[in-house]
Amino acid sequence: MASVALTHLDPASRAAARGWSDLTIRNLFIIPTLVFLIVFNIFPLIYSLGYSFTNFAANRTEPWQFVGLQNYRELLSDDHIWSNFVITAKYVIVSVAGQMIVGFGLALLLNRSFPMKGLITTLLLLPMMMSAAVVGLFWQLLYSPSWGPINYVFGLGDFAWLSNPDSALYAVAITDIWMWSPFVMLLSLAGLSAVPQHLYEAAAIDRAGWWYTFTRITLPLVSPILLIALIFRTMEAFKTFDIAYTMTTQPTAELIAIRLYKQAFQQWDTGKSCALAYIVLIMVLAITNLYVKYLNKVKER
Amino acid sequence: MAAVRTSSEVALNRAAIVAVLVATLIFLAPIYWIASTAFKPKELAVSVPPTVLFQPEVTPFIRLFTKRVQMQKPVEPQVYEAAPWWEKRIYDGGERVLKVGKDVQLSQYPNRFMNSLIVAVISTVLAVGMGTFTAYGFSRFKIAGEADLLFFILSTRMLPPVVVAIPMFLMYRMVGLNDSHIGLIILYVAFNLSFSVWLMKGFMDEIPKEYEEAALVDGYTRMQAFFKIVLPEAATGIAATAVFCFITAWNEYAFALIMTNRRAQTAPPFIPSQIGSGLPDWTTIAAGTFLFLLPVAIFTFLLRNHLLRGVTFGAIRK
Repeated sequence: MASVALTHLDPASRAAARGWSDLTIRNLFIIPTLVFLIVFNIFPLIYSLGYSFTNFAANRTEPWQFVGLQNYRELLSDDHIWSNFVITAKYVIVSVAGQMIVGFGLALLLNRSFPMKGLITTLLLLPMMMSAAVVGLFWQLLYSPSWGPINYVFGLGDFAWLSNPDSALYAVAITDIWMWSPFVMLLSLAGLSAVPQHLYEAAAIDRAGWWYTFTRITLPLVSPILLIALIFRTMEAFKTFDIAYTMTTQPTAELIAIRLYKQAFQQWDTGKSCALAYIVLIMVLAITNLYVKYLNKVKER
Repeated sequence: MAAVRTSSEVALNRAAIVAVLVATLIFLAPIYWIASTAFKPKELAVSVPPTVLFQPEVTPFIRLFTKRVQMQKPVEPQVYEAAPWWEKRIYDGGERVLKVGKDVQLSQYPNRFMNSLIVAVISTVLAVGMGTFTAYGFSRFKIAGEADLLFFILSTRMLPPVVVAIPMFLMYRMVGLNDSHIGLIILYVAFNLSFSVWLMKGFMDEIPKEYEEAALVDGYTRMQAFFKIVLPEAATGIAATAVFCFITAWNEYAFALIMTNRRAQTAPPFIPSQIGSGLPDWTTIAAGTFLFLLPVAIFTFLLRNHLLRGVTFGAIRK
């Protein structure tokens, strides 16, 4: 009897004998996703790599020509593009540093028990869940030189945060810090709560000072998770588009993603935009690689 | 905490709690400002000094949903008396609601809000559905180059939207998917799929394999075990993943800005476009923003125990 013979096999192959094989199911479950991602993410990138070697313009009908590496050469020697990268670098440093300090600071303050801690933590996390474009737009009113509450509270008179070329980028960075410090806080809290209490008790018995405990116990144990937060926020800040685009039109706050958008969809310089997109893409992939590496490290612990 | 607490430690603890409360107020102030401006009379939205306490009214929401024109002359008293209360609010502001016959003309906002809802819900269902199957595959079966495949999947999430949008825009133009719901849904599924796979894999890994193995021994096929044992066990994870995908699609701006302009335009590119030239009506913008942010605020509270997992793609759990 076949059924008798099957009882001697392991359960997986018994099931396989009845329904689809595990191999079929595995392929059925995984391949559609991979195909979908390749068709809608990878294929477009190959498509635009082709266009990056042409002078194609999407708003004109005349045929495009192959121009070789000219787009890349022009971009890399374009002072305007370099200034966009410098602006982006400034923005990344200011906003990520701000988020790390404010976020980790908040986590240190929250890392104790008090009434309604859960509610307060969730309230603090609200900004990062909201649409950057829509909330960013509203910060225009908060920053308004004539009736903005920020200038009123800090007594700044009619200081024009967003239309002053010197301050526009930093105003956007402040909004970004408000929005994303909660992210760093959330990760830091997880790191802090994972520090074994007995280490602090041992330090207390040894009469270690606050600073010593912080630098020798807290920081080293929380740093892997802080690093994750740092890399992730750096990558996201580098890609920033929406918040800066809805808040200000100042050229001094023109991040690289905004530059790319304008070149592609306002000047319709499609071929060159594809080349710029590739330069940006390679930089983002480099950071992504680093991020996944550290993410896996933390995961294994 | 150490067993013995000195008085200075207690004082430090109190100071930290006060600092937390102050920080919370600062962080919530911009959100309060949006919510309060949505209920302010027009002139109080731009008052000097800024108005904190006032008599709330719903006029901004009436303006948000209706098409209006400025009145040349004051309204006739008998027309004013016959009008419903909400229309009187508009007459009070020196405007008149546009009508076709008896039907009030709606503004574009409800349409944009519906577009956001359609695109976010459908893309979420697809991304979470596909993601759940794929996550199960990665969680239970041996796959050659598993780590590389997972990295590939995650890396698609990290692509800058504007970079992907350029070729997608050209391809959509060729096949007529520009400014369509389907076009936007495809982009959001592609964007959320990697997230959903990673997050669901974390949830799947937590379901003991023994559950299915027991079912297999009892005569279930692998597919039956998946649908009857694994999916119910994964329900919480699926719900959390779905809410995250919904919020991401709901909030997305760059793709929507580039790919849509009228028919399928969602709320995030629409709300900033209301600013226009001249003095913006901040109360109406705030009302639109308020309604748009409300679902996200509610979901944040429902998700509170899964937020950490969500923002780290399932890598860090608690």
